[in-house]
Amino acid sequence: MSLIKEAPATAEPALSEIAVSVRNISKNYGAVEALKDLTLEFPRGQLTSLLGPSGCGKTTLLKIIAGLLEPTSGEVEVNGKPVTGPGPNRAFVFQDFALLPWATVMRNVAFGLELRSINKSKREDIAAKYIKEVGLGGFENSYPHELSGGMRQRVGLARALSVDAKVLLMDEPFSAVDEQTRRKFQEDLLGLVQNENKTFIFVTHSIEEAVYVSDQIAILLPRPSRVSEIIRPSGFRHKDHDQIRRDPEYLDIVDDIWASLRSYVE
Amino acid sequence: MANRSLYLKILSAVIIFGAWEIAGRIPVSYAFPTFLESMAALGNMALDGRLWEAYAETLRPLVVGVAISTVLGIGLGLWIGLSKFFDWLVSPIFIVMQSAPLAALIPLLVMAYGIGLTSKVFVVCIMAMPVIVLNTASAVRHTPESMKEMCKSFLGTRTDMLIKIIIPAASPLIFSGLRLGVSAGFIGAILAELKITPTGVGDIITFSRSIADYPSMYAAIFSIIVLAVLFLNLLERTEKTLFKGHDRGYVSD
Repeated sequence: MSLIKEAPATAEPALSEIAVSVRNISKNYGAVEALKDLTLEFPRGQLTSLLGPSGCGKTTLLKIIAGLLEPTSGEVEVNGKPVTGPGPNRAFVFQDFALLPWATVMRNVAFGLELRSINKSKREDIAAKYIKEVGLGGFENSYPHELSGGMRQRVGLARALSVDAKVLLMDEPFSAVDEQTRRKFQEDLLGLVQNENKTFIFVTHSIEEAVYVSDQIAILLPRPSRVSEIIRPSGFRHKDHDQIRRDPEYLDIVDDIWASLRSYVE
Repeated sequence: MANRSLYLKILSAVIIFGAWEIAGRIPVSYAFPTFLESMAALGNMALDGRLWEAYAETLRPLVVGVAISTVLGIGLGLWIGLSKFFDWLVSPIFIVMQSAPLAALIPLLVMAYGIGLTSKVFVVCIMAMPVIVLNTASAVRHTPESMKEMCKSFLGTRTDMLIKIIIPAASPLIFSGLRLGVSAGFIGAILAELKITPTGVGDIITFSRSIADYPSMYAAIFSIIVLAVLFLNLLERTEKTLFKGHDRGYVSD
């Protein structure tokens, strides 16, 4: 049922290196089947997108991996260990940023560490490093309402990076920011995937975004959700960031995905 | 900006007191003194000490009642907001309390607790507590879901969730409940003095009316309003220093 597309040029990156695996997950809300018998694997150090029409359960799946929701049946393993709740090996980036409006950028970024009872000077050192890294140097003492949407999501990203989790779960992180900022974010994300040795799981409803940033795209179809296709765009992955959008493989994949999703969008 | 708002405040005070003065001079009613007469009466009462004695008496049930309402009210409100069962068990009491005609219940309170401080504290609490409890509970229930999820996913405990997320997120609504509750408490304190036993400021009002000394009566009413406004401003200052980033622009003064 899953069709694996491979570009001829690249050798498959060690698929045996699986960071997160989801096995036979079902999730019911009362009589509604949100997810049914879903199995999927996420290779280490790569970015996997969950793509699908709205209501296909991609956010539900992400929250199950995060340990925020419990599956009705099935199991999730992160680095071989079963997930029973939130854990230090995963960090979450929220669609609506989920920043504390009463806290400064510094405290927001350090909040994950604060909850882990790391002492103040140490956690602020770590936070300061990531605030610089996401390009918010100088805004340490600003409050979220003083920042633009894009800057707020950078705070959310810095918070997730600062707890140094090996798996980053991103729930439509760029959907609430404007188009230009989103493009910048997507480029930055590619850099992040290359430089940080982390596994990214990225939920999006934008086909272009998924193809642009992903090493692996899992297409989810709704009611009940299942993985219909796994696509691994690889021909342009090592190309320059601004060459990707004109690569023929990129354009083909975008078209193919739209063709298969079109009938599910009303 | 601060200057402009100060000018506006002074301007609106001048307009209102001016209108009062004119209405008193027409006169609208024989029982309606002018602003200047009332202020003179207020000055007199302050000089001969009657005003301070009265406030010493009135502030006791007010402060005790407001303190109890604040602590107990916020505590109960948090609990109601967090637990469905407790909500079911306790909320109706406060909803009834909020809509009960208090003046009609005062005789019952007097029968049960006498005419002393206890009854008056009760009146203040009955006035002040429901809005504090219900506001706090609804604020807790409306904590943004994603903030709670954020706390959970970054390994926050239940205590972290309450102290670092729920209470700060609820604080603007809790404080607006406090403001309403405290104003209601002021009304309760005066009501208790008018209806139970005439003491303190209530006594000045009752006594001045009975001897047709209307300037003193209005001076007493005026002074309690000024006190309430000052207290509400203090409350807002406290909130602003406690939760700086929250700045959502309240209009209270």
